[in-house]
Amino acid sequence: MLRVAELSAGYGGFQALFDASLEVNAGEAVAVIGPNGAGKTTLLRVISKLISPSAGDVTFEGRSLAAVAPHDVVARGIAHVPENRRLFPRLTAEENLRMGAYTSRRTYAERLAQVYALFPRLRERRHQPAGTLSGGEQQMCAIARALMSGPKLLLLDEPSAGLAPVVVQSIFELVRRICAEGYTVLIVEQNIRQVLKVVSRAYLLEAGRIVRSGSADELRTAPEIQKAYLGL
Amino acid sequence: MSDIFDVYLLEAVLNGLLLGGLLALLSLGLNLVFGVIDVVWICYAELIMCGMYAVYYLHVQYHWPLVLAMLAAIGVVAFLGWLLHQLVIRPVLNAEPINQLLVTGGVLFFLQAAATLAFGIEFKNLGVTLPSVRLGEMSFSAARLVAFGAALGGVIALWIFLSKTYLGTAIRAISQDRAIMPLMGVDPGRIFALTSALGGALAGLAACLLVLQYDIHPAIGLSFGPITFLICVLGGLGNMLGGFVAAFIFAQFIAVGGFFFAVEWGYVIAFIFFIAVMFWRPRGILGK
Repeated sequence: MLRVAELSAGYGGFQALFDASLEVNAGEAVAVIGPNGAGKTTLLRVISKLISPSAGDVTFEGRSLAAVAPHDVVARGIAHVPENRRLFPRLTAEENLRMGAYTSRRTYAERLAQVYALFPRLRERRHQPAGTLSGGEQQMCAIARALMSGPKLLLLDEPSAGLAPVVVQSIFELVRRICAEGYTVLIVEQNIRQVLKVVSRAYLLEAGRIVRSGSADELRTAPEIQKAYLGL
Repeated sequence: MSDIFDVYLLEAVLNGLLLGGLLALLSLGLNLVFGVIDVVWICYAELIMCGMYAVYYLHVQYHWPLVLAMLAAIGVVAFLGWLLHQLVIRPVLNAEPINQLLVTGGVLFFLQAAATLAFGIEFKNLGVTLPSVRLGEMSFSAARLVAFGAALGGVIALWIFLSKTYLGTAIRAISQDRAIMPLMGVDPGRIFALTSALGGALAGLAACLLVLQYDIHPAIGLSFGPITFLICVLGGLGNMLGGFVAAFIFAQFIAVGGFFFAVEWGYVIAFIFFIAVMFWRPRGILGK
């Protein structure tokens, strides 16, 4: 479904990503794991065209995204939950969801019902400014906002970042449910132990290069990952 | 004797209320544009001046019905707002604020000079005098009543648009996080262009109301441009609700101050209040 081929990207003179290639098949949940500053966020930002790659290409459902305008990526079926959630703090939770449905207004009511079924807490908080929600609720709202566009592929950038340990558990539980609902998910995480329980495959990104890939089990039991990231 | 005194005070307060509605409308477009695009249109009052000329020429020279001329003028100024964004603001969107101020300041002088060349320096007016409305012992100018009603209507229509529609929600969202708008499928450039046209339309509406009360000349912008800025800053630049509140406070100082002393003193008191507020709350009454 998604194919990233030899992608390089950076900011000004700083290169964050070197020849990264990966693939996500329909219905799969795939993780890109790696330490802080490895280029994980950059990778997602290139896929959703917030930044342009310096080399390489991204194809989605067999078509290159190179000539697609950033604001047309959602309509192609890719929704991106950005790093730090980035809700509109002074819009209510429901207005944030409405923004998520900007390109698919006809199905708004139907999707809103689906999303509230998935996140009952958001229904209770729907008239509250998003900035006043708790961290976990904000992450739910950010994921819900992305789902409002009815995406074929969901990009999740560090959904567990900055949340209390208890909340992290429940967010991963939600991600697991979203995967079970049949969404195709590409998730970027530093919390390697947790994310490997949710996805089927993963890529290890270090210093801008993909250095390893394999099934979640393979990576979890690989000695160098256990040593460097899981503290075993 | 004291009865009459109270009636005239009430009249002053009510006149202040009417003036407040007009000032609120004046501040609205400027606040909208600043709140969303983060650029101050120094030439805002000159856009209004263009709108006043549009009403004048369409109605007096080309004999369009007044209401039609006014609607057309709103369209003309909306177009000017859009044009201002595309030609002048867009190239400096990410420039230093001082550069943005300078370019829109340049447009101010350009519009003034262009109006002088095109329309001459003589004062023009519609030749329409609306009667004054008597209420007991008090009298109010009908032009002010109309202006107040239209200003209130404009404010309410804008509020409904901003809170109930997708586009309006996007306009509010973009002022909170510009960078992620593409992730929502929103083209920020289109929202900016639309907001500029909307800001222009509000300036056009203000022009229609001012042209009922004031003569038109190329420098007319200077007589209400500065006060519009003060009100926006007083309320918190970019904060539409703040501008609304500030407009009514400011208008009361002018009206009631003018009642107890002379009209000019009303302005002096209002400006002293403004300066005092700036010491107390530099970001404005409702500023963040």
